Parts: sequence; C-alpha cells; structure tokens
Amino acid sequence: MHDEAPLLAVSGLTKRFGGLVAVRDIGFSIRPGEILGLIGPNGSGKSTVMRLVMGIERPNAGSVKLAGTEIAGWPTHRIARNGIGIVFQHSRPLHRQTVLENIKLALLPDSLWRLAAEPHVEQRARDIAERVGLGAVIGRRPPTLPFADLRRLEMAKALARDPRVVLVDEPFAGLTLAEVATFSELIDGFRRDGRAVLLVDHNVKSVAALVDRVLAMYLGERIAEGTAEQVMRDETVRRVYLGGRIEAHPRKELDVRGGEALLEVRGIDVLYGKAQALQQVSIHVHAGEFVSVVGLNGAGKTTLFNAISGLVPFAGDIRLGGASLRGRTPARIARGGIVQCPETRELFAELSVRENLDLGGQHLASEAARRTQLDWLFDLFPILNERQRQKAGTLSGGEQQMLAIARALMMQPTLLILDEPTLGLAPVILEQLSKALTRLRETTPITVLLGEQNVTFALPHADRVYVLEHARIVWEGAPGRFAAEMGAGYL
Amino acid sequence: MRMLRRPGPWIALLLVALAASAPGWMGAYFLGIFTTAYYFGVFAMSWDLLFGFAGEVNFGPTFLIGLGAYGAGLLNNAGFGIPLCLAGGAVVAVVGGALLALPALRLRGPYFGLITLVAVLLLLDCIVIFANVTGGEIGMMVPDVLSIDASVNYWYALGFLAISALILFGLSRSSLGLILQATGQDRIEAAALGFNVTKHKLAAFCVSALFSGLAGGMLTFYEGAASVDTVVSLSITVQIVIAVVFGGRRTILGAVLGSIFLILFDELLRPLGQLNTFVVSAIALAVIIFFPDGVLGWVLRPREPR
Repeated sequence: MHDEAPLLAVSGLTKRFGGLVAVRDIGFSIRPGEILGLIGPNGSGKSTVMRLVMGIERPNAGSVKLAGTEIAGWPTHRIARNGIGIVFQHSRPLHRQTVLENIKLALLPDSLWRLAAEPHVEQRARDIAERVGLGAVIGRRPPTLPFADLRRLEMAKALARDPRVVLVDEPFAGLTLAEVATFSELIDGFRRDGRAVLLVDHNVKSVAALVDRVLAMYLGERIAEGTAEQVMRDETVRRVYLGGRIEAHPRKELDVRGGEALLEVRGIDVLYGKAQALQQVSIHVHAGEFVSVVGLNGAGKTTLFNAISGLVPFAGDIRLGGASLRGRTPARIARGGIVQCPETRELFAELSVRENLDLGGQHLASEAARRTQLDWLFDLFPILNERQRQKAGTLSGGEQQMLAIARALMMQPTLLILDEPTLGLAPVILEQLSKALTRLRETTPITVLLGEQNVTFALPHADRVYVLEHARIVWEGAPGRFAAEMGAGYL
Repeated sequence: MRMLRRPGPWIALLLVALAASAPGWMGAYFLGIFTTAYYFGVFAMSWDLLFGFAGEVNFGPTFLIGLGAYGAGLLNNAGFGIPLCLAGGAVVAVVGGALLALPALRLRGPYFGLITLVAVLLLLDCIVIFANVTGGEIGMMVPDVLSIDASVNYWYALGFLAISALILFGLSRSSLGLILQATGQDRIEAAALGFNVTKHKLAAFCVSALFSGLAGGMLTFYEGAASVDTVVSLSITVQIVIAVVFGGRRTILGAVLGSIFLILFDELLRPLGQLNTFVVSAIALAVIIFFPDGVLGWVLRPREPR
C-alpha cells in the first residue's frame, strides 16, 4: 500500500499575514487509506495549513497536489469539486431546513439552471444519513438536535460529494467519551473507503489511536513527524507542550491553609449549545496565592475564566470574598476586582501603548494614583516605558502580551486572571515574561490565577496547580508533585 | 400530491381569489391604493431574494427600480410601445445591476451595502444633471399609460404580482434557493461544499434586478410619470426594508403582506395628519422587535417537539 502514489502531496507551503509568517515551508503527503494527524498548540498554524489546502486562504508559496494536479491557489469551490471535503469544527447548518434537506444541499450540482434535484439525490442523501447515524432524525431541523448529531451532519455534508481527501478540524472537540468512540469508528470508515484523511487537532493524545502518522507544528514550522508514539516521545514536542525541565519554586512564607478563600468556584457546569465545556469544576484561590490551571487547548481553561468574569452563563456558584458573583454584569465583576487578561489580549491596536494603559486606569480615583501605578508598571516592564508612543498593534507578540498584563494591572485587581499568556510566543520571549511574573509575585501581594498549557511556564510561579482535562479537574496539588504524578499522562 | 393536503397553497389561492374579485366590491380609490401596493410588493419580494436568501443587504433597490422606470420612460418618449419599453427598462436594470454587483460582491462585510447606497445617490445625481431628458426633480411624463380605468390597472398589477410571486417563490424553494441560502449564511462553508458563491449571488442579483426593473416600468406606465420621489428616493428603500422585515424575512410572500400593510395603513391613517407615518412605523417597529421573523415567519415557524 505504501507504493501507491500519494493522493494529497503538499510541499513548501508558506503563508504570511502581513509581517507574521503563519506557515513556513510545510510539506507532507497522504496516501489513499491513510490518516495523518496535524497537531500543534493554538497559534501554531495548523488550521491555516488546512485552510490553505482547502483554498480558503491562498498560499504565498508552495505546492498542493491532489492526485498529481496542482491545486494551490484555486478557489475553494473548485477544490471541493475536485475531491477534497472538509468537516468544520463549528457546524452552521441551515436552520429552517431538515437534516435531509441539509444533506441534499451538499449533493446539488453547482448549476444555475437545475431548479430541482435529480431523483437519485433523495436516496443518496438517505444513505449518507444512515451511514453517519442520522437515520432516526432525518426529518428534524438542526436547532432541535444534540451537539453530536450536528457534528454528524457536518460529516454527512463532507461525505456527500464522495471526496478523495477529507480534512477534519478537531474531530472530537466537545464530544463525550462514548461519542468519541463512534466518531473514531466513522473516521476509520473513511480509511476503509480508501480516502486520504487529515485530522487537525491540538494534541497527539486525542488522535493517537486513529492516525498512521503525525506531523507536529509550532510557530508555523514543522517540529516533528512520525508515528504517534515517536512524536509523543520527541524532545522538541515535549518542550513545546510541557516546556523544558519541570521546575517548581514553592514560596515558603505563604501560609493560606486557614482563612477563607478569596475566590471560590463551586461545582460549575458550562454548556456551549449542546457541548459540555465544563463539568462540575471546583477550584479556590486564597488571597496572595498564585494558582495555575494547566490543561491542553480545548480542555476548558478559557471557559472557566470567562465564567468567573461573568462572560458565559453557568450552573453552580462562584464567590468572591464570600459574596456570590451570580447575576453580576461582567463590568461590575471587573470593577469588583477580578480582572482578566484574555488569551486574545484584546488590545486597542490603533491606540498607543500609553493610551491603552490610561484606559486601564480609568477607574482609579485620582491622577496621583494613576501616576503611581503607571510608574510601578514601567518599572516592572521597562520596555513599555520606551514604547509609550508606539501603536499597540505594531508591538511584537511578547511586548503586546506585556502590555495586556500591564493594562490589566492598571486596574489594581484583587485577583488577576492570566489566560495563556504564552500563546504564540517564541521561547526567548517566554523567558522575559517569566521573569516579569517572578518579580510581580515576589514584590507584590497580588493574587494570580494563571491558565496555561505550557507546564514549564506555569509551574515555577505556582503555589498550587490544578489540571483541567476534558472539561473536568483531574488533579490538584503542589507543583513539586506534578512531575511525579501527572508528568507522564499529560500529553 | 402532498401539496394538496397542506393548508398553505389553499390559503394563498383563497387570498388570490379574494384579491381578484376586488374590483367587484371595492371602490376606485381603494383599488388605486392596492394597485400601488402590489407593485411595491414586487419591489419587496425582489429585495427579499437578496436579503433573505443571498444574505446581502442591498441598500440600492431603488437604483434597480429607477433604472427600470426611467429606462422604460425614456424609450416610451422615444416612441416605442409599452411592451418593448418594459422589456428595455428591465434589460437596463439587469445590466446596470450586474455592472454594480460584479465589483461590489468581491467586497466583504458592510461594503456591498455601502456601494449599493452610493449607486442610488449617483443615479439621483444623473437624473438631476440630465434634467432636459429626465425631467429632473419634477419627474418625467410618459405619453402612454397602461389604462385609464382603475379596474383594468388593478388587474394588470395583480396579474404582474401573482406571476412575479409564483416565479420568485418557486425560485426560493428550488435547489437554487437552497444553495443561495447556504451562500448567504456562510460563504466559506458553501464554497467548501463546491458552490461558486459569487456566481450564485450574482445570479440572484440579476433576478432581483429583473423584477425590480419590470415593476419600476409598470409603475411608471400606471402613474403616467416616473419621478425621483416614487421610484428612486431613499425613503422608498426604507419602506421596502420595513415591508420585508415586517412581513417575514426569507419568506418572499411575506414581503407582499408587509407592502400591503405599509401602503394601506399609511392611506387609512391619513386623517391623523403628520402622525400617520409615525403610527405605521411604530407598529412595524413593534412587530420587528417582538416577532423578529416577521408576520409570515412567525406563522410558518417550525413547530416540532424538542
């Protein structure tokens, strides 16, 4: 089987967005009946690769060959007609049409003159529905379907045109364990049909059982390729996901065992539509404590923080200093002292560094207080002092992250939430950021809740660590115990 | 025949029969109001094909209507007969619409809407600049009219509305309508399913232009004049938008209900003086807020056990 020519052959693929190189010189090939996993953390460029193959973005350089035909730069609909199908992560079916009609849509020709579907289309749509397990709900409309069925509908639509290559974006996101098994079986069915399959996911673990080979990406570049086991053992991969050697520096002087927690999250559940994003999650943070929540992308970290900040509805209770946050608006929660520095940073790109910081200080009582806070921040992040007049959008990734943290600190939070500050940053920048956090922790009594997938970054600062996996807290303990108890199973 | 067991087609048939019998029991005054409302209904249906199905907010329906009206009027003044003028006006509208849509559809987000808006302003300017042939702000008289009899005019309008509704509604329920909805909802997903999004949207724009232009021409020959206030003004655009949203986006036929409501009540509430537009707008606003799917959208809402 390995003598066969590859169905999909990608080489030298490069994509730049302005000055950012999202994908650099990526190449791979997939044969009929083969499944390749494309993995990488958020911002690694894996989704861009998928979009380049599908023609949703146009590559700056490189070649994409489908069964020998060069398709790089073709419009998406032409690539689809030539045999590549894609299963999107987020389903957007037509809500007024039934499941059957949604599948029939995918079977229609791209013609302006065919006003009625050909007679065989109906039967073919029914066959596909049966195959992906939608047979029982064929007459229902998508808004009434559970999440897993909506994913099945996406599968059905991708299958309709009988593609030779199938791209699947995060095949198992938001599914229960039982559903993961069914979907694995479905994807395995693509292999038996002789299709070439590309699975795009955050981590090796979730796709390891299915894939023949894995290609790992980081910061737009290929870092490893091989079988799932090889990639999981690969030093570079481990460094990207876990960081280097795991260190822990517990603070001796801090003793919080006695008092009441500053923040207490009690058994909260969050649903995104029908996908369970958090399940019975409980954590607490004492005043002055630095708590890290680690977990792979998609585990639910951002959702947890958004629930605390009042940005997503949840079941359960969240208390700050003993008072429930339920029913408070996000603005009131922020003014109450919980300030989140989101993973997307949300800087005002067109405003200068100084203007961004001033906006963060709007709520401070006096000009003098603002001045003191600003001086302290410029001392903590000297680079921001130098760049005061520069537009925030033109800063480098690391500087932007520091500005985002500084702006959050301008609000003088009682609790600072840092959501994945390392996202998309090069290792050398991580070191600078890490030093700033160390100083922050050593020189101020601030309380910090940090969410990270990079364990080496998260552990040295932490007094206590939670591990979030698949919407649940699976481990809690001192950072010193992490390596022994969780280190192996994390990836 | 499954169709015969559903109430929808029967209700539609009943309403058409009722409308067809109107000249027998309705005065000339109200016949005139309904005649205008029917042409307006075609404007609104054409607009719903773009807004509800192709997902494009066209702020320039009056660009298309105006091209049809003035195109037909100019031809008539040049001595051509009414059928030829109507066809000519429609061709002008489709060609003008395609020339506008080709560049506009390449743009994303609000820019399509903005370009169509600018097109209307350009057309307004042209009409004023070339006042010697177009009549400028006063309007352009046409030598021929459809009829001087209110009933006959009513028949023309109703027939035109019925045929347009049949075609546009059929189109919306066809495979093409399904593809159009997919492109309107998510152009990337539609393209990934193998559909040439620009081609389908352009086709929808041309169909919309065809019916808008024809209706504009018909209205001109009904009123005996084409004027900026009746076929190009931006306030017409606003009324079209309200009629569609009120009647029910993505239903095509709801646009007719919305148009009749707007024009009929505007007339009935005339004794209120300045207040009448306010009352009509307030009612429309309330419907839009409480029934965002519009009247027909609410009646036809999917009902199935959760």
